[in-house]
Amino acid sequence: MGTLGLEHYLLLSALLFGIGVIGVLVRRNVIMVLMCLELIFNAANINLVAVSRFRPDLAGQIFTIFTITVAAAEAAIGLGLVIALYRHVQTVNVDEIHVLRG
Amino acid sequence: MESLAFYILAGIILVSAVLMVTSRNMVHSIVYMVISFIAVGALFFQLQAEFVGAVQILVYAGGIVVLFLFVIMLVNVGEVMQLDYLHTQWLPATLLMLVVVAEVGFLVWGNGGALQASPAEAGAVVRALGGNTETVGMTLYTDYLLPFEIASVLLLVAMVGAIYLAKKEA
Repeated sequence: MGTLGLEHYLLLSALLFGIGVIGVLVRRNVIMVLMCLELIFNAANINLVAVSRFRPDLAGQIFTIFTITVAAAEAAIGLGLVIALYRHVQTVNVDEIHVLRG
Repeated sequence: MESLAFYILAGIILVSAVLMVTSRNMVHSIVYMVISFIAVGALFFQLQAEFVGAVQILVYAGGIVVLFLFVIMLVNVGEVMQLDYLHTQWLPATLLMLVVVAEVGFLVWGNGGALQASPAEAGAVVRALGGNTETVGMTLYTDYLLPFEIASVLLLVAMVGAIYLAKKEA
């Protein structure tokens, strides 16, 4: 096992970020795309908190709180848009949503 | 002991994230997302960031997940599940992920270990000020007061915007 270094956390965060990116690109459902965006936010948070632990500076944790704030705002606005979109075009498939003037 | 906790939590996070991305049923995806978020919160506790861990569990596992569940109930779930998943873009997506991971791997191991660091004595600094939560609160309300206020305005704007977007058209 060995001792834990910063690189372990960075690698975990990179893997989580990659899974999130794959989800955003692969899933065809707007709600799933937003959920995978949350995974990407989480990967960034892991990075910030890990660096704040290994380099004694609280700024990483403070920025994580701001990231969580922005993620909450993004989820609320994004899901509001999904509801408005579903009411308008009756679908959540991103492949079918391709006209700007519906 | 510490590294054992890390490996268990990392395994839970990654496995549940993969299951979330690949599961066909969206409600199952939500459940895997909750597991992943709670494991990330536990990882924050393991990193001695107790306040951020508590906020993570409260906001993500408590708030955002409920929001997603509500929207899944609002749209037609039966139709949503029919959507073909794992679409044509899986190849560029996997390539992109490999590039990201390779980049971090190079940063960590290929660059003469420029990023290698050992856990610093953060505990002593924090404990002198009376615990993680108190220290974070003091820093948030003194050094980061203006960003904090901007964040609260952002939340207000998001709330008004979400209500406006989701309300029935008059």
